[in-house]
Amino acid sequence: MTTSAATAGNQDRVEGRSLLQDAFRRFRRHPTGILGTAIIVFFVLVTIFAPVLRPIDPLRIDLRNRMLPPTWTMSQQELEQKHLQRWSYPFGTDVQGRDMLVRVLYGGRISLRVGLEAVAMAALVGTLLGLIAGFFGGWLDTFIVWFVDILLAFPGILLAIAIVAALGQSLLNALIAISITYVPVYIRIVRSVTLSLRESEYVQAARALGSRSGRVILAHVLPNGLSPLMVQLTLSIGTAILDVAALGFLGLGARPPTPEWGAMISDGFGRFRIAPWLSIVPGIAIFFSVVGFNLLGDAIRDVLDPRLKR
Amino acid sequence: MFSYFIRRLLGLLPVLFGVSLLVFTIPRVIGSDPARIMLGERASPESYQRLRLELGLDVPYFLNFKEARTNGVAGLFDAQYPNFLRHALQGDLGKSIFSRIPVVTSLTHFFPATFELTMVAMFIAVVLGVPLGILAALNRGTVIDTTLMFVALAGVSFPVFWLGIIMIYVFAVGLGWLPPSGRLSPTLIFHGTTGFYVLDAILQGRWDVLWNAIRHLILPGIALGTIPLAIIVRMTRSSMLEVLGQDYIRTARAKGVEARSVINKHALRNALLPVVTVIGLSFGQLLSGAILTETVFAWPGIGRFVYDAISARDYPIIQGGVLFVATMFVIVNMVVDLSYAVIDPRIQYT
Repeated sequence: MTTSAATAGNQDRVEGRSLLQDAFRRFRRHPTGILGTAIIVFFVLVTIFAPVLRPIDPLRIDLRNRMLPPTWTMSQQELEQKHLQRWSYPFGTDVQGRDMLVRVLYGGRISLRVGLEAVAMAALVGTLLGLIAGFFGGWLDTFIVWFVDILLAFPGILLAIAIVAALGQSLLNALIAISITYVPVYIRIVRSVTLSLRESEYVQAARALGSRSGRVILAHVLPNGLSPLMVQLTLSIGTAILDVAALGFLGLGARPPTPEWGAMISDGFGRFRIAPWLSIVPGIAIFFSVVGFNLLGDAIRDVLDPRLKR
Repeated sequence: MFSYFIRRLLGLLPVLFGVSLLVFTIPRVIGSDPARIMLGERASPESYQRLRLELGLDVPYFLNFKEARTNGVAGLFDAQYPNFLRHALQGDLGKSIFSRIPVVTSLTHFFPATFELTMVAMFIAVVLGVPLGILAALNRGTVIDTTLMFVALAGVSFPVFWLGIIMIYVFAVGLGWLPPSGRLSPTLIFHGTTGFYVLDAILQGRWDVLWNAIRHLILPGIALGTIPLAIIVRMTRSSMLEVLGQDYIRTARAKGVEARSVINKHALRNALLPVVTVIGLSFGQLLSGAILTETVFAWPGIGRFVYDAISARDYPIIQGGVLFVATMFVIVNMVVDLSYAVIDPRIQYT
């Protein structure tokens, strides 16, 4: 008797598994998702602990060791001539003799942070506007949809370029510009989810019971929009990192001595015939961090919506 | 169908109006003063005032209430934005602050280069992307599929400009197979009539120029085409898989239709519909990606033209260029939407 009651209890608990727990279980068995997470965690850790891992100032100039190739590619003779060890500068040095490895590490701080912040800001503003548009409808909706259509008329990074061109070159302006270009995507996602849920029975029921709009939105509408939002968020961070780099490359992002991946590639661009590592190294860093977020984004999509998994 | 077309066309108007408003407003938010930029800080107040008058900067931004009192409605709209809009509609986007060349003249001059590059990139993306997507779908779950999907994922994770630099380094500098930059070798003397070098060369029978132009197009075309290629591969694959799971495919197979025929006649036609949307959207990706690609490959197109204007803070060019590209993008998207009606008979537009 007692055992069967216990089994029944267990079964209840198993059946009561939430969507999120379920998704997490699937995620643990998703190899590319794990790989993506591992890459992201790696980048986050090495950039956070950059000062510990390599206690060198990324802005320190060393004119004796300008434009050194990665030291492990140099011959023993060359190393001895310059009084260097085999692993003194694993990624070489730049035009001013600054250590490329430490600059790539610090550059990761900028790229990851700006990418994350831009997307977070966009998601916040976009979610808010999408909820307002979808839930209240009327002229507000018309106006917000018009606004979305206008922003989407600027392909890709063009709007960000135009905004930074107007506001002036700075990392903050690049962040704001990139963030603005991502807002329409979030408005669209949240608005469409809200529209479809607004008329659903349980939302109607909540309203009939006298819940206020704010509560209905937060408790009933928003949670259902979370899975498309999470997928979009992860994928956006990857493209935002690319956008930060593109603006940096065009000279519209971080100012020169600042170690930013795009600006570093631009710095090496004019010299890639003689010092190709200057642009290759930061490019590889961008590539892997973006791959990490794309793998994770795809995995989250598979996991949250198993119907889509193919 | 016709009324749908008209409605779509009319639907563009508020969007383009908004785009023009945004393009006009952005540089003015920070109160940049073209007259000051042109003359420098040490110009005399008289010449400064004269230039402001000449550039039409002496009136308010949006509505001129002062003039409205004397001239009525016409006076009310004697302001910078209404004037900008009126001129834009007449095909006048102002002049470059520095060179004084009309922006429209420059845009039409640089447009063929960008268009040619965009078409090549799109060609590469479609010609490789669709078959590879189908290949991945037909070999779902195998090594071929996994590899292709991984490569496609990598394709959207590269910075375009970085890929361009690496390709120049490997194929132009290292191996010397292809030219690193420009549209034609500087030693080649050639005057095109249309500005599309490939077309001009064929029209004039200049095969040396044709070969030269094509060689110059390959590297930037691949660099620019990578992202659309990766997107098309992924889209074709998932669309194909969805169609292959449909009942009518099973029916076709069950009644003994040849496998090749099932793929070509039953599956492919339906699977390619969503791919058309992606191709349309990729045009935008290409147009904005052109700024980066053209910068890397010293390609004399609109992207590079606008980029140079940004460094020089030549606002009329930035404004005009951005407006031009956005308008093109909006129109391309509409054409893609309309093309649905042609390729998908199930869609009835009324």
